[in-house]
Amino acid sequence: MAVKFSLNGSQTEFDGAADMPLLWYLRDYAGLTGTKFGCGIAACGSCTVHVDGEAVRSCVTPLDSLSGKSVTTIEGLAEDGKLHAVQQAWIEEDVPQCGYCQAGQLMAAANLLARDNDPNDESIAGITNLCRCGTYPRIRRAIRRAAEILSAGDKA
Amino acid sequence: MATAWLPEVAATKASSEGSWVRNAMSLFVRVEPDNRVYIGARGPEIGQGVRTSLPMLIAEELDVEWDQVTVEQLPYGIVAADSKPGFVAKYGKQNAGGSTTIPQSWLELRQVGARVRDLFVRAAAQTWDIEASALQTKSGHVVKPDGSTLSYGELAPLAKTLVVAKDPVPLKPNAEFNIIGESIPVADARDIVTGQAQYGIDGVVAGHLVAVIERCPYRDGEVESYDDSGALAVAGVRHVVVLPNPPKDAFSEHLAAGVAVVADDTWSAMQGRKALKVKWHPGSWAADDTDVFRERAHAALKLEGEVARTDGDVSAAHSTAEEIVEAEYFQPFLAHATMEPMNATIDLGENRALLIASLQSPAAASRLISRLTGINPLNIEIQLPRSGGGFGRRGDNDFVAEAVHVAKAIKKPVKVIWSREDDLRNDWYRPSGAHGMSATLSAKNELTSWTHKVAATDRRFRIPYLAGRDPWLTCLDADAFPAGCVPNYLATFTAVPFGLPLGWWRAPLPTFVAFANQGFMDEVAHAAGIDPVEFRLNLLGEARELKYEGHGGPIFDTGRLSTVLQRAASNIRYGRELPKSHGIGIAAHFVFGAYSAHAFEVSVTAGTLNIHRCVCVADVGIPVNRLGLEAQLSGGTIDGISTALNLEVTLKQGKIEQSNFPDYRLLPMAGAPDVEVDIVETEHSPAGAGEMGTPTVAPALTNAIFAATGQRIRRLPIASQLET
Repeated sequence: MAVKFSLNGSQTEFDGAADMPLLWYLRDYAGLTGTKFGCGIAACGSCTVHVDGEAVRSCVTPLDSLSGKSVTTIEGLAEDGKLHAVQQAWIEEDVPQCGYCQAGQLMAAANLLARDNDPNDESIAGITNLCRCGTYPRIRRAIRRAAEILSAGDKA
Repeated sequence: MATAWLPEVAATKASSEGSWVRNAMSLFVRVEPDNRVYIGARGPEIGQGVRTSLPMLIAEELDVEWDQVTVEQLPYGIVAADSKPGFVAKYGKQNAGGSTTIPQSWLELRQVGARVRDLFVRAAAQTWDIEASALQTKSGHVVKPDGSTLSYGELAPLAKTLVVAKDPVPLKPNAEFNIIGESIPVADARDIVTGQAQYGIDGVVAGHLVAVIERCPYRDGEVESYDDSGALAVAGVRHVVVLPNPPKDAFSEHLAAGVAVVADDTWSAMQGRKALKVKWHPGSWAADDTDVFRERAHAALKLEGEVARTDGDVSAAHSTAEEIVEAEYFQPFLAHATMEPMNATIDLGENRALLIASLQSPAAASRLISRLTGINPLNIEIQLPRSGGGFGRRGDNDFVAEAVHVAKAIKKPVKVIWSREDDLRNDWYRPSGAHGMSATLSAKNELTSWTHKVAATDRRFRIPYLAGRDPWLTCLDADAFPAGCVPNYLATFTAVPFGLPLGWWRAPLPTFVAFANQGFMDEVAHAAGIDPVEFRLNLLGEARELKYEGHGGPIFDTGRLSTVLQRAASNIRYGRELPKSHGIGIAAHFVFGAYSAHAFEVSVTAGTLNIHRCVCVADVGIPVNRLGLEAQLSGGTIDGISTALNLEVTLKQGKIEQSNFPDYRLLPMAGAPDVEVDIVETEHSPAGAGEMGTPTVAPALTNAIFAATGQRIRRLPIASQLET
């Protein structure tokens, strides 16, 4: 039976393997390679997406758990061409080095800011996405910058 | 200066010399009528920032504003030539490794920009019927003495018809740089943050299947038997292919015997692999044990070893010494653990091929594909997508060889993807070994001799192209400070056998050596009753050049090392009163032509290391991209902390014990301090920075731990050894 869910605002359905992790559906069938594979056991966070607004590691999220839900990937983070505050902040703070983990970092950060629009150092440090290049100091600055952008936007 | 990027191509059947040179402008630079400047980036971008910094070099001499520039990635390129082997590089060297990209490109790519600028000037001169020498350029325009201008975009159609100057043209004096030395953000940042950036693993070839490979866990093992019925029964699985065994006398292609499961998509291939049954014949390295290796390495320090360098008479110094200081250090094997696991997508035709993969050595990949298939390299297209990390791993192309074997067997395009477990267990590991350090002090506490013995794996092990190198390659640095600063000096090496393939791991030699060199220097200073920073500065003495025959030579400047050491001490406010249980440690080292130092302030509570401050100082000569340089130093520092704290690869009964990130614990954000980067600017031609930030981290950390707790750590990784 086909699994039906919303993907970046569009209805999608898949009648392949129901136990296929969302990550591999995105990369092999949906043509969305922005979400990356790093470990396959939810240890690194490179595969982070949003499901019904929650940050979720897609490498361990089977398709048959998504019925009726709403999935957002890095490709859908910007709305109508307008970058999300984290994307803008990431550019301003020149965060990426190799860039491979950054989609997952951005999705985790966007989710953090959705829950807590002025995160302190401890909450920022709660992001467990791994970065092999060690961009962590600039990620921290970018999250604080994104919080500023969001709060300026609220005041606008 | 090398003009290799414009080789003297004699008239060949492929093209006449004139038309090749005329094309030089479009090889790297294209200007559209609206004056938008497209600049080709030739390096493989592995996170070291060359997609931005190399075009900066061209843009500077081209005399355009950076915001006029759009960067485009160039593929790997060769053109037919009469000289052997029948082709030459089209864009110059396209390797990522050894921190060589910036030094090699510094003059070469500035000449590209300058010679293309010269085309625009000559085009304007022709258009205006005026002497070229009367003209200036500014912001992508040629300027006439009366101030009127023509844009490069307007001049491009004419400029393209002119012949690029064969001889070097004058370059800008450093004082006139507008782009070099500035802080330029990553050129394709927007693509990265919107998920559009393409990596090797994202490669698509129409109709490609996906393969995963079940590999033998033992070096030199083989398939004894296998049952593919379960695998073939999984929906989506199309083929099961047994790889040929790799050669037993050389690590020159793929590393392990294996069975590939090929399917319509990645998940099906992975499920198919789970249903595959393989029995392995273990081969001759099935007893490999890293605990035994460590014992053997320390025991081998008692042997005389092969002399790499000897100055004066170290044994005489020992017999007359007031005090002898001795210690043994140990470095474990390391994996590279790039965040993007190995992969390769390959499409093989009768006499053409396409490779899409994250690479560091595309030229070697081209030769490998040609050797395995007989296809002429001129017909092998190799794209250079972004690489999710390199760190030296992707300098070896074993993952390309595997993809070729699978593609040959199934006669279809294929993408081979490695799992994280595959990636940790099939690596070209950083060598491992023991350091035997000894020093003698006179009655006046002067250092009278320094001995550095290494007993470690032989880096050349089964690697034919390294056969002519010294046995101590990447494990012993014969000319490292304090060589040349102490009257009696000895460096020796003894090889200790082990079965693992060995490779290049971020600053291979400096990372391996600095831990022992700078940790022991601290021990000697303490034995002499002299402050460790003062001890180093006294030993370095006045600024002078000493010979250095290793990578980054030919000289080592004691003054430049003193400067970064003093700056690190100053930045961390060395010597101030510290909170109870805090300690500061410092280390400095010469890394591939550049000079780096780290200083840490730490404390240890209940067996956990707390890093209170982290200072990194580097002198790389002229900074090219200031933002990118800071990123490399900061990232390299975090890599150094991550590695020193927790990382090692261990083997029991021939099998690697680590499997995934839970047992190969990369540092998470919570453990990463802010890195205070300070760049010492000098007028020297730039060295590369990709590897600079790592080697001095481990010894600075262990020196700080000693200062804080009195515990001297001489073996990495640190974490499990911290006293509670």
